[in-house]
Amino acid sequence: MNLRARISASAAVYDVARVRADFPVLSRQVNGKPLAYLDSAASTQRPRAVIDAVDYYETHLHSNVHRGVHSLSQLATDAFEAARERVRSFLNAASTREIVFVRGTTEAINLVAQSWGHSELKPGDEIAISALEHHANIVPWQMVAAATGARLRVAPLDAAGQLRFDEFEALLGERTRLVAMAHVSNALGTILPVQRVVAAAHARGIPVLLDGAQAVAHEPVDVRALGCDFYAFSGHKLYAPTGIGVLYGREALLEAMPPWQGGGDMIRTVSVERSTWNELPHKFEAGTPNISGAVGLAAAIDYLESLGREQAAAHELLLLRAATTALEAIPGIHLHGTAAHKAAVLSFTLDGVHPHDLGTVLDHEGVAIRAGHHCAMPLMELLGLPATARASFACYSTLEEVAQLERAVRHAREIFA
Amino acid sequence: MELTDLYREVILDHNRHPRNFGHLDPADGHADGHNPLCGDRLSITLRNAGDRLEELRFKGNGCAISMASASLMTEAVKGLRHDEVETLFQQVHGLLTGTAVPTADLGKLAALSGVREFPVRVKCASLCWHTLQAALADAASGHAAPVEPVSTE
Repeated sequence: MNLRARISASAAVYDVARVRADFPVLSRQVNGKPLAYLDSAASTQRPRAVIDAVDYYETHLHSNVHRGVHSLSQLATDAFEAARERVRSFLNAASTREIVFVRGTTEAINLVAQSWGHSELKPGDEIAISALEHHANIVPWQMVAAATGARLRVAPLDAAGQLRFDEFEALLGERTRLVAMAHVSNALGTILPVQRVVAAAHARGIPVLLDGAQAVAHEPVDVRALGCDFYAFSGHKLYAPTGIGVLYGREALLEAMPPWQGGGDMIRTVSVERSTWNELPHKFEAGTPNISGAVGLAAAIDYLESLGREQAAAHELLLLRAATTALEAIPGIHLHGTAAHKAAVLSFTLDGVHPHDLGTVLDHEGVAIRAGHHCAMPLMELLGLPATARASFACYSTLEEVAQLERAVRHAREIFA
Repeated sequence: MELTDLYREVILDHNRHPRNFGHLDPADGHADGHNPLCGDRLSITLRNAGDRLEELRFKGNGCAISMASASLMTEAVKGLRHDEVETLFQQVHGLLTGTAVPTADLGKLAALSGVREFPVRVKCASLCWHTLQAALADAASGHAAPVEPVSTE
């Protein structure tokens, strides 16, 4: 089935009004106008199913995990470990030993940088990233590079915001120890050719970490099909609460890595002289984890799969196309990031109107977008822009919101004309 | 809260046609300002005549609020004694944050009063004033040391 046919086939069965009804916050007004929440790339909203799952856990099940002999501790542990299994099946990981709960993508990448990086990197070693990375996939590598004498190499982009694959491949050399790359660009929406990236790196024996923060709610993620060595994502971009995220790591790699934080749960035995480490994945989960967050994440995955991931993705693609067409028709608009393969993220600027002023005018019309550097300052510098406005879409976004966005942008243009 | 309270005609005009835009060379004092949160950057150069601010220019890019605020500021402070500049800054700061009612007539600067209803924009409007303070300090020290860019964060 071609793309157009796929879109119309799925649009027929995808009832966005019903989906919206699942998200309580979407019915509120902002500044006296219906809320058009077009900032899902920053954080998605939560469906009732997630709110209820967290509420049920807090009301009936909470205790500390992996500790007590009492019943409630067992119930909490069961809920937490069931959430881990849910994440495993979602990612198609081989084992729950490969699923580490963290606070979010940022912490997941820092974990790898601190643990793997400090034990593996030597002076002169190289880490390859792309020019469109989020700060969370730049700064942790800069920190470990400064400490170990390793250095960052940056693969360039073309004018559409796509990875220049040949130049990326040419970067990979004898000193390359890791490729760390976004699956989807948060600032431009570019979907990176991660399968080819992994193949090129693995052909040279180089492991690959993928930053899946922006991908996980919108793209299929099968870590075994991708073949990546690490995959990091945040719950709050997947309709789950903040403060919970996941690091997937291939078991052999995680097994060889030292713990990065010490404390409760990550140890097997402790004497004053020395300690021994708990088994995977607990070795990397020092301290009491975000149990209710994990429960909420599992509920969010259930929810997304109940919608049909492909149907939701096709719906978002339809909105992206409608929004692209609508904005392109406005004089003075410039779209940034026009990759052939894009997620539902639309970065743009308008002549004569600074993105922050655009953000304020749109907010006044009830339209929530992000205006700024999108935590990707090196990318903004490359584009020669201090900031862009960014509208992003999710499973609950509508064509009416696209129209509201267009009207508000036209209104901003009139104010600043 | 109306959008027209923030984007008054005076502000839109100064954003479109910033006054005293450019660079003084030679200058007695110079400082750069940066709002890392939104990427706004501006640069101020000035010349003194005794204890008076004789001439100043600003250059940079940013949102309408930061550009208009800088433009309005350059018009308001030109020719003032340094202590008068400081007093005016305090008045404007009170106006922007809503923490004090200005006791003096602020003239066109009063157009910035709508900013207090938009807390995230206060830094946009005050960046130029902090940068001016740094440029005055630079002049007072006779360019003694390279001035670190003023940051809102």
